[in-house]
Amino acid sequence: MRLELGKIFIKNIEFGGQTKVENGTLYVNKDELLQEIGGDSRLTKIELDIAKPGEETRIMPVKDVIEPRVKVEGPGGIFPGVLSKVDVVGSGKTNVLKGAAVVTTGKIVGFQEGIIDMSGPGADYTPFSKTNNLVIVCTPIENLQQHEHEHAVRMVGLKAAAYLGEAGKNVKPDEVKVYETLPFVEGLKMYPELPRVAYVYMLQTQGLLHDTYVYGVDAKRIVPTLMYPTEMMDGAILSGNCVSACDKNPTYNHVNNPVIEDLYERHGVDFNFVGVIITNENVTLMDKERSSNWTAKLAEYLNLDAVIISEEGFGNPDTDLMMNCKKITAKGIKTVLITDEYAGRDGASQSLADADKAADAVVTGGNANEVIELPAMKKVIGYLEPADIIAGGFDGSLRPDGSIVAELQVITGATSEIGFNKLSATQY
Amino acid sequence: MIKVVHYINQFYGGIGGEEKADIRPEVREGVVGPGMALKAALGNDAEIVATVICGDSYFNENLETATSEILEMIKKYSPDLFIAGPAFNAGRYGVACGSICKSVQENLGIPVLTAMYIENPGADMFKKDMYVVSTANAATGMRQAIPAMAKLAMKLSKNEAIGSPSEEGYIARGIRKNIFRPDRGSKRAVNMLVAKLRGEAFETEYPMPDFDRVAPNQPVHDISKATIALVTSGGIVPKGNPDRIESSSASKYGKYDIEGVMDLTEATYETAHGGYDPVYANIDSDRVLPVDVLRDMEKEGLIGKLHRYFYTTVGNGTSVANSKKFAAEFAQELLADGVQAVILTST
Repeated sequence: MRLELGKIFIKNIEFGGQTKVENGTLYVNKDELLQEIGGDSRLTKIELDIAKPGEETRIMPVKDVIEPRVKVEGPGGIFPGVLSKVDVVGSGKTNVLKGAAVVTTGKIVGFQEGIIDMSGPGADYTPFSKTNNLVIVCTPIENLQQHEHEHAVRMVGLKAAAYLGEAGKNVKPDEVKVYETLPFVEGLKMYPELPRVAYVYMLQTQGLLHDTYVYGVDAKRIVPTLMYPTEMMDGAILSGNCVSACDKNPTYNHVNNPVIEDLYERHGVDFNFVGVIITNENVTLMDKERSSNWTAKLAEYLNLDAVIISEEGFGNPDTDLMMNCKKITAKGIKTVLITDEYAGRDGASQSLADADKAADAVVTGGNANEVIELPAMKKVIGYLEPADIIAGGFDGSLRPDGSIVAELQVITGATSEIGFNKLSATQY
Repeated sequence: MIKVVHYINQFYGGIGGEEKADIRPEVREGVVGPGMALKAALGNDAEIVATVICGDSYFNENLETATSEILEMIKKYSPDLFIAGPAFNAGRYGVACGSICKSVQENLGIPVLTAMYIENPGADMFKKDMYVVSTANAATGMRQAIPAMAKLAMKLSKNEAIGSPSEEGYIARGIRKNIFRPDRGSKRAVNMLVAKLRGEAFETEYPMPDFDRVAPNQPVHDISKATIALVTSGGIVPKGNPDRIESSSASKYGKYDIEGVMDLTEATYETAHGGYDPVYANIDSDRVLPVDVLRDMEKEGLIGKLHRYFYTTVGNGTSVANSKKFAAEFAQELLADGVQAVILTST
């Protein structure tokens, strides 16, 4: 499977008469966009705003971040099984508005949504302080059930990203990158001498605001399976979660998975990157046993030499991570894990809820319990009030002057477990 | 001028070896033994005003009295900094250095520092509480130990930022600190993978801890007579979360009276937990904290009694250290209240 990814660099975003890309600026026609994403009777109001890098703006509580992409050539469309028909995606040509993002916010769904600061100390921790953001504030009808609320906001975000992506369909990309993975036997013939490597991609599936969708299927209900790495780049996997926003993968991260990008970098040179095994993180022991048995079975079946395993979330999924590690290692396959840590505010506690000797090669995205001070911002898109109750906040997190003191956990994407950031932790 | 008090044992105090290990603490003005070299290394900004000497056996056999005697001696000099050792691989000396440093730190609130060999039992006992400079296993390492101690001590007394264990020469305290690395995590993972594949050296960013596994207790002899308590990390609280237990990284637990409560309803209880889908727990909190079922069992005589209080916190992102602290506190209360068994529910 071969995908040409055309990157159109977006350096600015403005509201304008016509939705288009011109000289690196994305112009957005407000009315047309509202027309496109409106109509859900579960939402009483949808408002649009813009947040650019360097501005004194805080967006919270953030639910999802989505990158605008469009299919230019080849089967299917963006977000198959959800917005487009369920064709197998990941081949042909896709254009992406690199540097632009859709951010959804509004009245809080649960305890879990995050914070994005466009400047100040908080901006160093979130990838989305560097993107030109079209922010959507959704207000639900009264007494809307949380599951319904989540779904309504999720669909608004996806539709907005797809709509903006269309503006890049006929634009010549600034840069084209080609990714290719051969079918099993052809790959084997092409690189007979190279070690065989795959990526075990754990998806958060613990329930409301902890859900992930694969071609429209709730990943709670999948058994581990194989995917071509380029399928992700067309939105085959998307996020329905933002619990403890620091280490959940917004949809933006699924389409830009850096583990996939960095494995491709050395594919055909240092190893043969065979493909992706996706698996879930369900809450019952039987599910955990089944899924980890299957990741190990598939790794063996593919005759792998090594895998990278990435976690999503913490606590309960630490067990899935260790089970995957232990069972895959037991097959004689080498493992490297990516996680983050909950070592307490003082960093003195044990970082994970589970441990195993086999986990001797671990990359960490940092201690999510470390406390950070976020100064007040001139502009707030959304609501500050949830600061005390979102995961990582505490009684008194929101100060009268609008500044926030909270754990890093509150910042969207801060301790990414797919290795999106440079943040890490070390032993002192 | 930074005033320093130094602590050494009877051997380094020049009093004698093992045969003098039972001497009681004494204090001398100025420097004694290794204090001479330490004074030189500390430079002109600091002065060792007094040296406390104590026998290793006396200290370890009279831990509490010896600590308070020594603390009193140190207090008199109102020092700005306290240094003990270096103890190298002398086990009782190492424990004494660590114990006194800890006590000085807690009671006088001044920076403290000690030094010893990494396998000295005192190192493991105290490295979390203070900086312990890493030394050789014998006094032949004195020449390397003293400058490292002096340098770190001055940094501590001037409240300067302390670097990593390898930069400063102290024994890793097991404290996790966030840093930015040159490459993003995914690239670091791929590099590690390649090194592992090639059989080359690599350094894990998170060494696995010794994991604390708890063996199950003996079964309750006669459950029909036992008082049973409910404890949960599922965050069930009276509606409105009166004590504001955090949705993640809980810093506290709640204790709530359920005398006369037969059933937890949507109107009276809810969950504060931010780590799972709360909808079903909010509709019926008995799903997480089964008060209704235990009331039935109480009525049917299957259990003796449901304890009057339940204890609750949020497990989501809560550090193991906090969890241990909470349980150590309320386990005492449960014991005092005559509870024989606990049903611990999680989510």
